[in-house]
Amino acid sequence: MNKQILKKITSNQLFIPLMALILLAVINLINDPGFFKVTVGTNNAGNPVLSGYLITILDYGSELAILAIGMTLVTAASGGQDISVGATIAIAGSAMLRILCGGNSRPETIQAPIIVAFLVACIVGMLCGAFNGMLVAIFKIQPMIATLILFTAGRSIAAWINNNELPIVPDPKFAYFGGFIPGIPIPTTVFIVIACIIVIAIVLKLTNLGLYTQAVGINENSSRLNGINPIFIKFLTFVILGLCVAVAALIKVSRLSTINYSVIAKDIEMDAILAVALGGNALSGGKFNMWASILGAYVIQFLTTTLYKFNVQSDALAAYKAVVVILLVIFSAPTVRDYMAKLSKQLPVTRKEAA
Amino acid sequence: MKKIKENTSIFNKMSDTNLLLTITIVIFFLMYIGAVLFQGGGFTKPQMFFNILNANAALIITACGMSIVMISGGIDISVGGVVALVSMCCAVYLDYHDGSIIGSILIALGIGLAYGLVQGFLVAYLDIQPFIVSLAGMFFARGMTTIVNTAPFNVEDPEFNALKLTRINVPGLGSVNKKGIYVPAYVEIGVIVALLLVVLLFLVLRYTRLGRNLYAVGGNKQSALMLGINVKRTKFLSHLICSLLAGIGGYVYFLHVGSGAASHAMGMEMNAIASSIIGGTMLTGGVGNIIGTLFGVLSLSTIQNIVASAGLDQAWWTGITIAAMLCIFLLIQSIVMSQKKKALKI
Amino acid sequence: MEEKQVLTMRGINKSFPGVKALQNVDFTLNKGEIHALMGENGAGKSTLIKVLTGVYSKDAGTICLAGKGEVQIHSPQDAQRLGISTVYQEITLCPNLTVAENMFIGRGEGRLVDWKSMNADTEKLLKKLDIPAKATQQLANCSIAVQQMVAIARAVDMDCKVLILDEPTSSLDEQEVEKLFGLMRDLKEMGVGIIFVTHFLDQVYEVCDKITVLRDGQLVGEYEIKDLPRVQLVAKMLGKEMDDLSDIKGENSAYAGKDAEERVFEASKLQSDAGIQPFDFYIKKGEVNGFTGLLGSGRSECVRSIFGADRVIGGHVKVHGKDVKINKPLDAMKNGIAYLPEDRKVDGIIGDLSVRDNIILALQVLTGFFKPFSKAKANAFAEEYIKKLNIKTASTDTPIKSLSGGNQQKVILARWLLMHPEYLILDEPTRGIDVGTKVDIQKLVLELASEGMSVTFISSETDEMLRTCSRLVVMRDRKVVGELSGDDLTQNKIMSTIAGGE
Repeated sequence: MNKQILKKITSNQLFIPLMALILLAVINLINDPGFFKVTVGTNNAGNPVLSGYLITILDYGSELAILAIGMTLVTAASGGQDISVGATIAIAGSAMLRILCGGNSRPETIQAPIIVAFLVACIVGMLCGAFNGMLVAIFKIQPMIATLILFTAGRSIAAWINNNELPIVPDPKFAYFGGFIPGIPIPTTVFIVIACIIVIAIVLKLTNLGLYTQAVGINENSSRLNGINPIFIKFLTFVILGLCVAVAALIKVSRLSTINYSVIAKDIEMDAILAVALGGNALSGGKFNMWASILGAYVIQFLTTTLYKFNVQSDALAAYKAVVVILLVIFSAPTVRDYMAKLSKQLPVTRKEAA
Repeated sequence: MKKIKENTSIFNKMSDTNLLLTITIVIFFLMYIGAVLFQGGGFTKPQMFFNILNANAALIITACGMSIVMISGGIDISVGGVVALVSMCCAVYLDYHDGSIIGSILIALGIGLAYGLVQGFLVAYLDIQPFIVSLAGMFFARGMTTIVNTAPFNVEDPEFNALKLTRINVPGLGSVNKKGIYVPAYVEIGVIVALLLVVLLFLVLRYTRLGRNLYAVGGNKQSALMLGINVKRTKFLSHLICSLLAGIGGYVYFLHVGSGAASHAMGMEMNAIASSIIGGTMLTGGVGNIIGTLFGVLSLSTIQNIVASAGLDQAWWTGITIAAMLCIFLLIQSIVMSQKKKALKI
Repeated sequence: MEEKQVLTMRGINKSFPGVKALQNVDFTLNKGEIHALMGENGAGKSTLIKVLTGVYSKDAGTICLAGKGEVQIHSPQDAQRLGISTVYQEITLCPNLTVAENMFIGRGEGRLVDWKSMNADTEKLLKKLDIPAKATQQLANCSIAVQQMVAIARAVDMDCKVLILDEPTSSLDEQEVEKLFGLMRDLKEMGVGIIFVTHFLDQVYEVCDKITVLRDGQLVGEYEIKDLPRVQLVAKMLGKEMDDLSDIKGENSAYAGKDAEERVFEASKLQSDAGIQPFDFYIKKGEVNGFTGLLGSGRSECVRSIFGADRVIGGHVKVHGKDVKINKPLDAMKNGIAYLPEDRKVDGIIGDLSVRDNIILALQVLTGFFKPFSKAKANAFAEEYIKKLNIKTASTDTPIKSLSGGNQQKVILARWLLMHPEYLILDEPTRGIDVGTKVDIQKLVLELASEGMSVTFISSETDEMLRTCSRLVVMRDRKVVGELSGDDLTQNKIMSTIAGGE
């Protein structure tokens, strides 16, 4: 009976990301109990803000969590991943700056309302998504390879949009999205993520998006014969990811009030894919668990912050992350799990024999 | 007996591999001839062509490895990282530890071998998706490169520099320079290594049991198993070969640039994938050819040169042209294959 | 005496998580014998075959081969080396390689490939077996039937002592089957032991010498073919006496509503891109009709074009006398048409999804993207049909892929019945499923029709069609060549129409 409960817990998709989270928390607790301290301080503008490692994780994990939403849907429907998200963040961010600064690299005031710039970024992000979606859904090109195109060209296109200049947004209000709103001590990004999660939760609840994407990802032929349009569903997931990219771009650009084409959101595609994998979702598509992916995103950010805490250089970060990732995938690989299950079954038997 | 319809169209007489190879070669020659006709200048000189080879010898080698993994149905995005790691380790070994050339070559091969063993084992025997494994491999290699040495530096070792500057003249080809002196066309050692490897790998894929098993596994894993092929070992070997080639490619790259830096070979994995695809390798596996990959690399670098000499020398045009080319070739593959399927159906 | 037995399997056990697939099964194969392995789906036939070919490893038991004693088989290579070759139902060849390579890959020793002798040997073999293909042709460019023949040729050429044919005939037409049988008899003369797995009873009685019957993972018995009449074979497979196989038509009276003459669906000059000649077709309310013809004659393509599953390129369609456009499956569903596809695995089930999601899918799609059912409602729908169709599943949450073939088929049927269609198309609903479920489905079809549903029923087994349909459309070479009803509905008449009487 106990075994059954244990099995139920371990087979839950949230088990692996939660275990990873707890493990990281314990490591930090042993290393420095102060890790979990959250204090109220004041920022440069003199406003009260919360600070501490946990807040950093929540704040900087935001882009990743938002991307994980779209990436999960794309993975589920097309059985592949979009590796162009980092590059399309650069494109959407660049478009946003172009609208805000009107092609002028050091404008006195912003040239258009922030909301207009954001909407333009959304359209640009969705167009990029539509381009990827078209290649994948209509031309049946594998997602990894189809998105390789924008991955290669994206940062160049971003630089081209602003003539390779780095405009600076003069309005301090623009910095609120990636920082703090005066008077509110919690990072704005946290609210943006919560809003995104609520939206996707409502969408999943009130529409059949979840059922359709899973059905298409598992068996495209059957889905079509049941009246679902697989081409449209795949296309749709890429467009939704494009929207997520635009929101992430808003946060990224807002953090700096400017852009650096070759560095902005660098390697974020890898982190986003890892978040999906860490959430226990099959990268080959089919069934998915959105919440596990979002949790996975924060686990990745937790890991990054922990590594910084251990004074790992930002360039060398990748090596440590790689080791953790490999350990995780080995641990969750079906063959290894089967083997361990067999081993644990044999263990009591041999013990009995010994007795 | 029901008559089996004979498909007479040229599309269906050719195997997928040969069809895509032909398309690639034709397009490459059209492109190069176009460049010679309309841009003239550098393109008329043979050295222009050999410079493309010199600059891309490492890419040819890594792209060959990539094609082999892709033919067997996998992918390896760690090759760029491995190239950077090899360059840095060899550079540090030569300058800081006063190492020998032979020693540095062994280091390069060792890194490639170690990568191949680990990645191959994880992919083939633990059944983990190759994309994730090699993604972690790439992270690890990039990170390790900075851990080995953060700052980029040039190798001073005289023996190495002598090797680096060794030029092998191409008999019968050359051009007269501005001063009226005849300069023979030359290639670097790396090009010889790359071309030898291309020939070797072509023969391996065509005439060895292992080569054909790679195609079989890529074509249909389940069938290959039922046909009595050791699928796991074949997959393992494909990754081993690819990583080993990345190690060799890393040394050739090192020999060309003569320095170690964490930013070396950034995005080379994407260029290798792009070259393979342009060369007619399908990511779905089972279709591809090493000769095609060679032409893929040449097409890719030729178009970059054309763009540069057309005056579009801003950095962003390179990325955009590669992407555009990849896009076109992917569409060609997609359309040709669906046409073929349709022709067969009716 | 001992040397007569080429293969003996004793006390084979194999279990999967939650299922005992094989329990203490014995199997004996003699030299020069064609031995049928029979059983319902889930009886353990495939598991036994896969244990023998090294795809699965057995939990307990011994396998002995003549002259080699007890052997351990861990992989398909081991099996090949020991002289056990297999032809599977699905084509297990590599489509991207040439015919010759498919014949020779994974065989023999040496590290190099000798293309010249390989191609020459292949040409010889293809000619000998009269297979219309070239050695250097890419396999993907051959028709499915030729591909299957190549697979058989490969197995035959391997100088095997034991040849396993696991439902090899399902993609072959009658002449090809005949050819295969000829081949099997030749091999039998040469002393090869053949294990033949099939669902077609006719074929068993045509070529086999012995029958071994499995049920629920256990051995029922081994019989000489002459000692076991069909009825008894079926009884052994099902574990009960079956007497209601003979006449089920009589149990349900035909639909007798006032609107019985109304044409629910009518098509004229319908044509799709799957390559069928334009055809006319209609079905009346409460009628059961069918398309018959050889495999590949276009019967599936016809119903697919009715449902919009293939791209429709011409023709007019009327539903209840009104002109409608059906370009995609959703259009057909909106007009009350349901279609159970021929290939359950490829076109029917959505493997990882639960039984519940699989059942509600069609109705859910019809209801609309923005109106998902609540979980309680979905469960209620699922429970209702699980009970109605007697689907054996642990719960509504069980993934459909873990059900047996027959139960998967019932789930797909439930999916379409839940939609309450006016016109139901069943394309080979009984293919590859056990006899018990077959009868259940046939009965259900007649019951539905008597309640006023129109049904088109397609089956490879003519007697099944004769039992259920009141009108048959006969097809040959992708063309409709005749229509039979009333007293014309006999085996002979159908055969002569298919063959063409000019």
